[in-house]
Formats: sequence, structure tokens, C-alpha cells
Amino acid sequence: MKKFGKVLALMLVPVMVFTLSACGYKDDKAAAGGDVAAILTEAVTSTEEGKAFNIYCWNDEFQSRVKSYYPGYADNGDGTGKIGDVAVNWIITPSQDNAYQNKLDEALLAQKDAAADDKIDLFLIEADYALKYVNTDYTINVADIGLTADDMKDQYQYTKDIVTDSNGNIKGTAWQATPGLFAYRRSIAKAVLGTDAPNEVQAQLSNWDDFNAAAAEMKAQGYTMLSGYDDSYRIFSNNVSGPWVQDTKIIVDENLMKWIDQTKEFTDKGYNNKTSLWSDGWAADQGPDGKTFGFFYSTWGINFTLTGYALADSEAAAEAGNGIYGDWAVCEGPSPFYWGGTWICGAAGTDNTSLVKDIMYKLTCDSATMKKITEVEQDYTNNRTAMEEIANSGFQSAFLGGQNHIKLFAEAAPKIDMSNVSPYDQGLNEEFQGAFKDYFDGNVTKDEALQNFYKNAVVKYPELTY
Amino acid sequence: MLKKKASCVSYTKWGYLFLIPFFLIYIVFSLVPLVSTFYNSLFENYMSGLTQVGPEFVGLENLRKIFADGDMLKYTKNTLIMWLLGFIPQIIMSLLLAAWFTDLRLRIKGAGFFKTIIYMPNLIMASAFAMLFFALFSDIGPVNDILVELGILSQPFRFMSSVNGTRGLVALMNFLMWFGNTTILLMAGMMGIDTALFEAAQVDGAKSFQIFRLITMPLLKPILLYVVITSLIGGMQMFDVPQILTNGDGTPNNSTMTLIMYLNKHLYSKNYGMAGALSVILFMFTAVLSLLVYFNLTKKEN
Repeated sequence: MKKFGKVLALMLVPVMVFTLSACGYKDDKAAAGGDVAAILTEAVTSTEEGKAFNIYCWNDEFQSRVKSYYPGYADNGDGTGKIGDVAVNWIITPSQDNAYQNKLDEALLAQKDAAADDKIDLFLIEADYALKYVNTDYTINVADIGLTADDMKDQYQYTKDIVTDSNGNIKGTAWQATPGLFAYRRSIAKAVLGTDAPNEVQAQLSNWDDFNAAAAEMKAQGYTMLSGYDDSYRIFSNNVSGPWVQDTKIIVDENLMKWIDQTKEFTDKGYNNKTSLWSDGWAADQGPDGKTFGFFYSTWGINFTLTGYALADSEAAAEAGNGIYGDWAVCEGPSPFYWGGTWICGAAGTDNTSLVKDIMYKLTCDSATMKKITEVEQDYTNNRTAMEEIANSGFQSAFLGGQNHIKLFAEAAPKIDMSNVSPYDQGLNEEFQGAFKDYFDGNVTKDEALQNFYKNAVVKYPELTY
Repeated sequence: MLKKKASCVSYTKWGYLFLIPFFLIYIVFSLVPLVSTFYNSLFENYMSGLTQVGPEFVGLENLRKIFADGDMLKYTKNTLIMWLLGFIPQIIMSLLLAAWFTDLRLRIKGAGFFKTIIYMPNLIMASAFAMLFFALFSDIGPVNDILVELGILSQPFRFMSSVNGTRGLVALMNFLMWFGNTTILLMAGMMGIDTALFEAAQVDGAKSFQIFRLITMPLLKPILLYVVITSLIGGMQMFDVPQILTNGDGTPNNSTMTLIMYLNKHLYSKNYGMAGALSVILFMFTAVLSLLVYFNLTKKEN
């Protein structure tokens, strides 16, 4: 019995050890390309429409758009809906910790064997990882389901570039465009630059040299130009000369090195507050007590994020006099860029192709709907004609002190060039910003930070080299 | 003779019967994953986006890769440093508290109350605790506000950007969470010591510290060793506190990246091969430690 006890104890060892390290394993291989292509053709040729329509997304933004703007959508009030006699199911998974993509991937890989009513019909993606899905057979070429180039002619080119696969097919479509601008505090502009008029401020910030010079003046008068390290990142990363990954090799673009040098200089000279994106310090800098001149923000950032932080009393009405509401204005800044946005993709294997097409058409191509969305929701929609109409109207934003920022957005959006996206943008951008935070903080040298970045990147993406 | 045989009932089969549920659960939830982890560590098997790479048999290539790039050593060092930073104050504090609580002459009032209080931090979820510290010790958080307000610091100390600051916070949290648990273990050990020994020492005129050093400590050795080793095993598996505090990045400069956080990083690409190999190394290490405890604890019986 004693010996038996020993065996027992020995067997207990792995129990203690493996609570965390044990990981499940999958033995079913991913569907080979041929299989996926087979589902696709099967789905496209079938004329019978399915009775269940499954939509994968990460928040309820798209749901509220469908509710309000898709004709014939009836909400059941329990997170599901109906379009005609088709039941619409929303499968919403937050994107934190990659949870949304994990869930979506699992469902897509099982798509082949799923019952017709359980198959994904439509799913949403973000720009930073769009190609991960676009470059596979799991997404439908929109042309195959009847969405023509003519339908999409009013959409901004960059929104199409992001979802164009390696064969030149467009695999998704977006209802919003998210051009970015530089939002600045009017009171600080007046005090330091001598003017708060957007065109005159823009003249002093139109290239990086002028921008840096303005930063020095800000510092001299007790303000910081930017809040933290990542603020100007997208303006550099959207204007790179090549994609992040070329032939499985990670290439750090010249322009990103410029971001590093500029941010290091800003940090060492005290032109920023050493915050990180979405941190509490970063948020505080946008509030009434902030001493930061400006933030690079895109459409949603200005009428949603910035407005939220600007109020001194969040319970009171959002109007001039409450915090720094009305003290903001926007200008183009040194380079065009975009930030964020959501694309709709049809999932290969869907049995509701005509509904997928109709949703794509009505919510991303139809000018009347697009214009209405902008007017009601203040969202900047992906329709050139509609946006230019609003831009040339007498539209005024009270938050921006009466400025018509749609006009600036309409001018900035066509200038965005996103032909250099890669499927690895999300992970590599995150690792890059993270690794160089150590450099800006003075914990490592530039070379060490670069090595840390490479090391962390290949752990995330084992197929890459450097 | 015959009669005697009939009256001898064997209870052995009941013993085995009652062990069945344990073995079933052990096999399904521990042995199978354990063996499959070993098996997985021999394959190249990960997801590149939505495309699966492998599984392709590569033998010990994954293990070789882990040892070759040397990061594992760095992360082992991080893990051990953070464990030690938390464990040393923890064991001192726990010994002191346990000695006080079990001291017959002190008769501390409300010992039960204090025992509950010091155990409390362990009841909070580690991730919630880490979130709390993240907010408290942020660059513009209340701790910095207070330190600057009191004139202790001239400007906020950026805890999360300093290697010592972040490691210190992780250690502090582990200390706060586990010293109560250790105290209770040590108390159990101390209460197992024959009180006659303490009384005899007192009659002989021994001082409190002498009693502690010459009677309590030597007799506490087996429990102490058990505490050290289980804490080390727990420390090697440190994950939730630094993971949440640094948002999974082990910042700054990967100095708070623990072995399990590194393993977790491999799961971003569902890299079962590398994660498996790392688990195997971790398993070996922990198994050795566990065997050490096991033989030490069973030595006396023989």
C-alpha cells in the first residue's frame, strides 16, 4: 500500500503543474483552399435563401444602423430581429484580448461542416486586420453577389483598397469613412500661435518641421503639443512606402523611424506628457484641465471621444460653457491619415447571398441612406457625393466653435492612400508601439527596442522573419 | 480454520472503488492533456491568419528553438526575481504573525478576527486586484497624487515605466495576497508542536527569541520547506497579476514577462508546438521541485 501511495503522489505532481500550462489541441485540419472554394460556388449557385441570418460583430453599432436604416428590419427586442421571414441573429463578442477574432475564426473554420442555419452569413472586420480575412476564401467577392463597381463608385478609394485581395477582388464594403484631422484647443492656439482660425493654424502646422517648431513654442508657454507617445503614430504609419511584411520578412519603414525620432525628441524636450493611447492620463489631457494643444483624431474621435472628455459636468447639457466644449477646432495637420472604421464582409458558404448583397447595397452604397446617417448620427459616411453635399452646406459644429469640419473631412478623405496594408498590421502596430515605449521612457536603447519588437513580433506571428 | 477464513472480510475492494472517481477525473483532465502536451511539443503547428501551418513532426526542434533564442532564461529570471521579492517579506511576516498568534503567553485578543482579515486579500480575484493597483499606481493615480501632495516626491513617479516599480508592484500584490495563507499554514505547523517543550524552555529561562530560534524553527522545518516549495511552484506559474497589470506585455522592456505569460503569447497564433515545448520545460522544472518536497516529507516515515 505504501508503494501505491507513492505512485499516487507522483501522479499528483502533474495535476499541480498543469492547471495552467495544459492546452487543448485540435486535430481537425483547417479546410483546404479547394473545399472553401467549393462551398463558395455551391452557395452562389443556389437560389433558395436560408431562413436564418447570422451576423458576427463586436459591438452594437452596426446593429443600431441596421435597425434604423435597413428597410424591413423588425427588431424582436431580445437581441434578434427579422427581415421578412428570415430570422436575424446577432453574435456579438467584444474585441478585447482578441476575443472577437478568436470566436470568428473558430466559426469560419467550422463553416464547412456547420448546418445551413448555423453558418455565418455576414461579419464585420476592422482595417488593421482586414487582409487576414480578405486574402482567404472565407470572404465573398462582392462582385460575385452582384455588387458592381458602379454601385460603389461613390465610396472613397482607400476604403476599397483596404479590402482588396491579392487578386484585385473587393471582398468587403464600409458604410463609414474615417479620415483623420488634427483637433486643437482654440484658447491655446490664440495664446501661443496668435490665432485660432483653422486655416491660419493649419498654415503653421502643415509639415512636420513647422509642427515641431510649434511644439517648442507650446513648451515655452507651459503647454504640451501632444499628449503621449502614440498620438502621431498613425500619421506616420499611414504614409509608409511599403507594407509591414514583404515576403514573410518584417520591414520597418523609414517613416516609422521618423515617428520614433520625433517622439523621442518630443519626450526628451517635454513636448508631450508621456501618456499612452487610451490611458487615464491621455484622457485627462483631453479634459477641461488639460494643458495639451491637440490630438490627432478621426471622424468618430471628434464627435464622440473628444466631446465626451471635454465636458466638465457630464450630466449637464453638452454646450458651450460646459468644460471646454466649443474650445476645439480642427485642421488637416502635416499629413492625411485615417483611423478606425468598420467593413462588412459576406461569409463564404452563406445561404442568403441576395440578402447579403442587399444589406451591403442599402447600407454602404445608397446615397440617400448614407446622407441620412450622417445627418442623424453625425457619422461620416462612405459616400463622396453625399458628404460633399453636406460639406458645401451651412453645416456648423457647436463643439468645434461653429466650424464645418465635414468640409475638411471631405477634403482629407480622398487623399488617404492605404495601398500598403498587410494582414499583420494590427499585431505589428501594437508590438511596435509597445516596444518603443521603453525607448521613449529611457529604459532601453533604440536598437534594444527594435530587437524587442522583432522578438515579440515573431512570437505573435511564427511565420515571419526579420 | 475454515471458519476463520470466512470471517475475514476484505475491505480492499472498497478502497479501490472509492478511488475510481479520482482516477477517472485525473485521467480525463490531467493525464490526457499532459500526454498530449508532450505530443504537441514535437510538432510545428500554428495558425497563420486563418490558415493552419502543420501539424508537421519536427522532433525536438521546438525545444531547441526555445533554448537557442535565450528568452526563456530571461523570463525565468524575471519570474524568480518577482517571486523572491514577494516571498521574502511574506515568509518573515508570516513567521512573525504565526509566532504571535500561537504564543500561549501573549494570548492575543480577537486572533480569529485578525486571521480572517489577513486572509481577505486572497479572496479577491487576482485580476481585480491587479486592475485596482493599475488604477491606484497610474501616472496620474491617487498614490502619486498623495506622494506629491505630501511633498515626498517633487513629481509623479511613473511606476509602470520603471522596471523596479512594476516588479515591485507585482511582488507587493503577491505578498499581500499570500501572506495570510502562509501564516495559517505556519500556524498549523506551530500548533502541532508539543506545548510542553515551550513550557520547559520558559522554566529554564529562555527568552522568546531563543524559544523561537531553538525550538519553533527546527520543529517547523518540514512545514517551512513545504511552504517554500509550494510557493516556488506557484511563483513559477505566476501569471494573472503581471498579465493584467501590464496588459499582457510584460512591460517595461519585457522585465515583468513571466514564463506563463510567454506561453500565453504563443497562443495568439495558436502555436501549440512552441507552447507545448515551453510547458514541457516548465513541467520538468516543477516536477523536480515537487519530488523534492515529496521525498523530504516522506523521509521521516521510513
